[in-house]
Amino acid sequence: MTYLLVLAGCVLGTLPLELFLGVRVYRQWRRLLLTLAPVLAVFMTWDVLAVRAGHWHYDPRQTIGIMLGNLPLEELLFFLVIPICSVLALEAVRRVRGWEV
Amino acid sequence: MTYTEAALVGALVTIALDLAILRTRLLTRKAFWVAYLIVLAFQLLTNGILTGRGVVLYSADAVAGVGSHVGHTPPFLGHGRIAYAPFEDLLFGFALVVQTLSWWVFWGRLPQRRARLAATRAGTATRTRRARPTATRRRSTG
Repeated sequence: MTYLLVLAGCVLGTLPLELFLGVRVYRQWRRLLLTLAPVLAVFMTWDVLAVRAGHWHYDPRQTIGIMLGNLPLEELLFFLVIPICSVLALEAVRRVRGWEV
Repeated sequence: MTYTEAALVGALVTIALDLAILRTRLLTRKAFWVAYLIVLAFQLLTNGILTGRGVVLYSADAVAGVGSHVGHTPPFLGHGRIAYAPFEDLLFGFALVVQTLSWWVFWGRLPQRRARLAATRAGTATRTRRARPTATRRRSTG
């Protein structure tokens, strides 16, 4: 459960950026989906191969136990949550400072 | 291939994606670096929880520093670890964040790119139409 709680903290902690700062990330959901698709494909593949090669593994007592092949469900959520938080951070900086990218 | 090697390759491919493939050039922008430093601070915190508590465990054969074992907290700093996580995780995180933001900016610029392309086409067409009468005039006066 530890892993899921950390991810939930990331989602809840960044939510004010969308709700109060008005960064319009979740509201551009098509652009967000187009961004997440290639990132998910690349990093889920890396993860599957890394677990297969024995680079790392997950403590089954700290995940909820739902597996997608050799990965816990939390890994899929990780590659959704962290990219979304990164986009929120970039848009927040742009909004606050008025910098272009 | 070890995690160290994979992480280095991942970081290099990511730089190529931003600078040459998608040409978003985020690595040259101040807004990106400030956002990245913020994300990095939270990465050290959240990944520190995941690696310090042993949610994710690394093989000693795959990382340059020490591996992790169930029931043992890895070093906070040193022996290849930064905030409990193998330093390779910083390259992995860099790749994840830069690839994400590069795609985000790439899709965001799509409407602009389309408009510019249409304007260029229209501009070329106008210049071509104007060029002909000028050439005709010159021939007739010369």
